[in-house]
Amino acid sequence: MTIKSYNQLLTEYLEQGKDEMTDSSEPEVVRVENVRVVYGNKIAIDNISVSFKRHYITAIIGPSGCGKSTLLRSINRMNDLVPGAKVYGRVYFNGTDVYSKDVDPVFIRSRISMVFQRPNPFPFSIFDNVAFGLRVNGFKLTKDELYNKVKDALIKAALWDEVKDRLNAHAYSLSGGQQQRLCIARALAIDPEVLLLDEPTVSLDPISTARIESLLRSIKDEYTIIIVTHNMLQAARASDYTTVMMPDDDMIGRIIEFGPTKEIFTNPKDKRTEDYISGRIG
Amino acid sequence: MGHQVLSGARRSGLRFRKFVDKALPIILSVAVFIALATLAALLVTVVTWGGHRLSPIIILNYPSANPNEAGMRSAILGSIFTVGLAAVICIPLSIATAIYLVEYSRGGRFSSILSYNISNLAGVPSIIFGVVGLGFLAYWLGMGRTIITGAFTLAILILPLVTVTCVEALKTVPDDLRQGAYALGATTFQVVRHVSLPRALPMMLTGGILGISRALGEAAPILVVSGLLFIREDPTSLFSRFTVMPLQLYNWISRPQPAFIELSSAGIIVLLLILLSLNGAVIGLRQFLTRRLGQL
Repeated sequence: MTIKSYNQLLTEYLEQGKDEMTDSSEPEVVRVENVRVVYGNKIAIDNISVSFKRHYITAIIGPSGCGKSTLLRSINRMNDLVPGAKVYGRVYFNGTDVYSKDVDPVFIRSRISMVFQRPNPFPFSIFDNVAFGLRVNGFKLTKDELYNKVKDALIKAALWDEVKDRLNAHAYSLSGGQQQRLCIARALAIDPEVLLLDEPTVSLDPISTARIESLLRSIKDEYTIIIVTHNMLQAARASDYTTVMMPDDDMIGRIIEFGPTKEIFTNPKDKRTEDYISGRIG
Repeated sequence: MGHQVLSGARRSGLRFRKFVDKALPIILSVAVFIALATLAALLVTVVTWGGHRLSPIIILNYPSANPNEAGMRSAILGSIFTVGLAAVICIPLSIATAIYLVEYSRGGRFSSILSYNISNLAGVPSIIFGVVGLGFLAYWLGMGRTIITGAFTLAILILPLVTVTCVEALKTVPDDLRQGAYALGATTFQVVRHVSLPRALPMMLTGGILGISRALGEAAPILVVSGLLFIREDPTSLFSRFTVMPLQLYNWISRPQPAFIELSSAGIIVLLLILLSLNGAVIGLRQFLTRRLGQL
């Protein structure tokens, strides 16, 4: 599949989106245009263009090393923190280029928060973990307001019932799956517009994974969710749209197909997508 | 046939590895024993030689030609002032340098040149720092051969050692935690303040203890900077002339009378006690700060 036909597909899908989105003038929260990310002198991903629609879950799938995480990290400028990484092209967030000079990456990250592969709670109490983002972002809150925000975030992350009696317990006393839900609560507490998840269930057991998938579905009306996974079933179960990435012969990651998840999985247009989702490659 | 050869080779490999596993702890515990025995021998020697000379006189009196009246009061005060001040100058500076190198410049070319040079500086003989202290601080800057010059000299001397430890301490903080904080919209300062520093501070202050111990035992650079072995008055300000304990001990050891040799053994005990209490103070500070910084 060529880039051109992919762009046609994207246009078609955006046209459909405009009809579906009645209450929002801007259906795309994040639009990535012609992005290339370079680490040192190695091109990691190139010619990446894709849009992410408000209040939908979009999955980015593909084999290891195809640049899924790199794409995700270029959306909230986490690649800035990697020495030697350079991002070319444009990433629009609500119409603003996040890489333009007058945009503060700290602000971008407070609007587009992120959850990582391995649970990484801070070595504080459960409460302080969730409150961290509120505190560093300078929310002026009374004690009660802070408590309520923390509570709301924990409820959304489906963790409240398990921790409500021990909010002051150390975060490391939680199980791996609980820790990851704590990290999701932490990311939701600052009330972001977009939630990025970088293979959030890769280190978890199936039950914890199912919990996280169902919590993502329950919060998708309030957020825009972009989830990187190399678990095809997860993409099929949890997402509305799917982007398929694949490294080319030079190991440069490219998008080969994009569309509604159902279509990608039932009627893939690209032979490589078909091979990948049917388990023949990757 | 091939299989048998292979499994035979594996088996003898296993026997050897098991032997190493059994022998290694024995070899290692011998090394530990040698280290502890040396320390014990040192302590037993100084206590048997100088134990009976241990009395308030040694702390309260000024040096004297009469061994029964001689003390090291001026040297003790000189040591506490210079080393204490050196720690106050050096530890914040080292922590700041380490934070810049690890958290802000994040492995850039400039920071690797800087780290390389700091490591090199750690290997410079201490007398060179004494010469720098005398030539640059005492004469060129006009600070004189005073306590403040001694303190800055010791601070520069231990700066590389403490900085290297502080850098290592920050490097032990898992990058996961930093990324997690950045991804929630924390600034670099907030990441350092709430995530990296609380984790690294205990190890950083351990580096401070190493530095203090080193500074307290240094004789050569102070000999160059101060030049005095015999003072019969208390230091009254940062610009007083001074001497330090290692120099006082050197003075006593170099005398022919056996009584002064005993006195120097007693002096070593005092030096060790002061070292322990300074370190104890830093450990206390470490615990206090860890508790304070652990909370937001």
